[in-house]
Amino acid sequence: MSVATDRRTDLRYRVGLNLRAVVGRSYPRIVGANREPSWIFFEAFLPLLGIAAYVFIYQFFGFQATAAILGNPPMCGNHVCASVAEQNQYLAAVNANTNALIASVVLGGTMVAFWLNVLWSMASQLYWEKEIGNLQLYMMAPMNRMALLGGMAVGGMVMTSMRAVSTLVAGIFVFGVIFQVANPLLLLAVFFATLVALYGLGMMFASLYLLWGREAWNLSALMEEPIFFSSGFYFPLGGLFRIPGWGPAVAIAGSFIPASIGLDALRQLTLGSTAFGGSLWIFNVTTELEILVGMAVLFLILARYCLAYLETLAKREGKLTSRHQ
Amino acid sequence: MSYAVETRDLTRVFSGKKKRWWRRKPTPDEEESLGPVTALDGVSLQIREGELFGLLGPNGAGKTTLIKILATLLLPTSGQALVAGHDVTRDPFPIRQRINMVSGGETSGYGLLTARENIWMFSQFYGVPSKVSKARIDELMHIFGLWDKRDAKVRMLSTGQRQKMNMIRGFVTGPDILFLDEPTLGLDVNAARVIREYVMNWVRGQAGKTVLLTSHYMAEADQMCDRIAIIDKGKILACDTPANLKRMIRTETTFQLEVDTIRDTTSFMSLQGVKNFSHKDDISKNRSHLTFILEDEGPVAEILSSITSQGAKVHSLQKSEPTLEDVFISMVGRGLD
Repeated sequence: MSVATDRRTDLRYRVGLNLRAVVGRSYPRIVGANREPSWIFFEAFLPLLGIAAYVFIYQFFGFQATAAILGNPPMCGNHVCASVAEQNQYLAAVNANTNALIASVVLGGTMVAFWLNVLWSMASQLYWEKEIGNLQLYMMAPMNRMALLGGMAVGGMVMTSMRAVSTLVAGIFVFGVIFQVANPLLLLAVFFATLVALYGLGMMFASLYLLWGREAWNLSALMEEPIFFSSGFYFPLGGLFRIPGWGPAVAIAGSFIPASIGLDALRQLTLGSTAFGGSLWIFNVTTELEILVGMAVLFLILARYCLAYLETLAKREGKLTSRHQ
Repeated sequence: MSYAVETRDLTRVFSGKKKRWWRRKPTPDEEESLGPVTALDGVSLQIREGELFGLLGPNGAGKTTLIKILATLLLPTSGQALVAGHDVTRDPFPIRQRINMVSGGETSGYGLLTARENIWMFSQFYGVPSKVSKARIDELMHIFGLWDKRDAKVRMLSTGQRQKMNMIRGFVTGPDILFLDEPTLGLDVNAARVIREYVMNWVRGQAGKTVLLTSHYMAEADQMCDRIAIIDKGKILACDTPANLKRMIRTETTFQLEVDTIRDTTSFMSLQGVKNFSHKDDISKNRSHLTFILEDEGPVAEILSSITSQGAKVHSLQKSEPTLEDVFISMVGRGLD
């Protein structure tokens, strides 16, 4: 007869165990990361520079268009303005479009923080954990592996939200962007669905890194700059559909990243669906929310199965603990 | 009899690194090392509940591989391993609830967290309620002499303090079976003593607690372990109590010599009556320390003449009682260093 302690295995115990694990794993991200005040410079101020580059370009286009409208003769599009009323109408449209473009950039720059967090702090995290010796301790613990990834995701979302909000606020004040939120509840729903889908994708990638290790770094590098472009972080993605030939193909490929669809919906909800003449959006907000929810569910399920499969494979090939052995 | 750990004909083969087109072509020497490696070769062991069991072996003997299989981190190639009666391959969850592992020189945790926060974080992965966890951490920090450093960030801790923190991490989850892989590696005498004493008290002070310890320090294993297995090249060579292991070579004679550094040691094994020997050079003193396991005292004269014929001077010659190290040398054919 064994004298070793009897252990609970009931559902309530397992739920409690995994919730504690989520809290435990998110803790270092939420608390630890904010112990380094340098993040304010690196993660709130520096992204503003990237945003500023696009803002200045769009402002320049706005100034050019305004100069043409106010020029001699005053040009309204391809023709000379027929009246002062038409001239004023064109001026208002240029101002609105410039503001909408700048607002799109500020919003996109804010979401970039989440994408970078997913790439470098979610996908590649298990590789780092292996390097510092944490991974084997995680894999030896009784918690569900999804709780580990969930903790990383929750911690990453909270930490990055703080950074994203500071970038957003700074963007609003520095560039004078005006947002008009008509449906805050829908906006929150889209935002959270985007985050869950995005971090679900990160969880799926994390399991791939478990097996590929350092070789998967190339994958992250591949998914950084090209995805900034193909996902429309700095311009409305619908614009790509207007480019004949390669435009729609790139836009469709980019749409598989939840940030693309999420950003499109967020832009519609903060700028109004009539912004850019209503012609640069991919789908309407409701459809995009449905796609995001579908993506969130799909990525979470795939992450669960990928991780289970790749963990077994890694244990068979001895890659979970290769640091010491 | 209930076993905390039981392995039956356990084998683990690492298949070696796969060739990839983007990797540099390996040199012939590297090619050889890329091939499959048999880390464990038919290991059968039984560790009783409540036992402090030692595993001694040179580097690459298979100790860590065995522990990693038992800790559900690695799958065996063949054979079976049971921990607390559960199969490591088919039923890892109840095993994981009951085990923990601490390795020497571990760098786990996050440098930005404090020692206390780090241990607490790991305890959450085992579902230990926060209140219970914090109380245990405080108690263990007092015992291990880490209380003053409880709020120090992990990156500010010394090697010894970090290892004490790792040990607390191992105990805080209340395991039944603890795997300690070289836990006192690189620690100063005091830190190592604190850890050894706590581990021994932990196993002997309560029922049902088991420790599997690997160590490079023979004296440590001799002092701490109820039974010891000697492993080399993936095979268990002997498994018994330290006293019985020493008795196994009591019929043999152990001589230790300190001589000027000698170049040629190959001739010793060919001498009649020499069962095994090991040698260690002390370059700073220009000396060699030789340990001979002899069938009887007969070959001593020949050994001395072989040494002096190389122009080396014998500084000391000592006949000693067999130690665990002698047992190890007798079986493995070399020391741990």
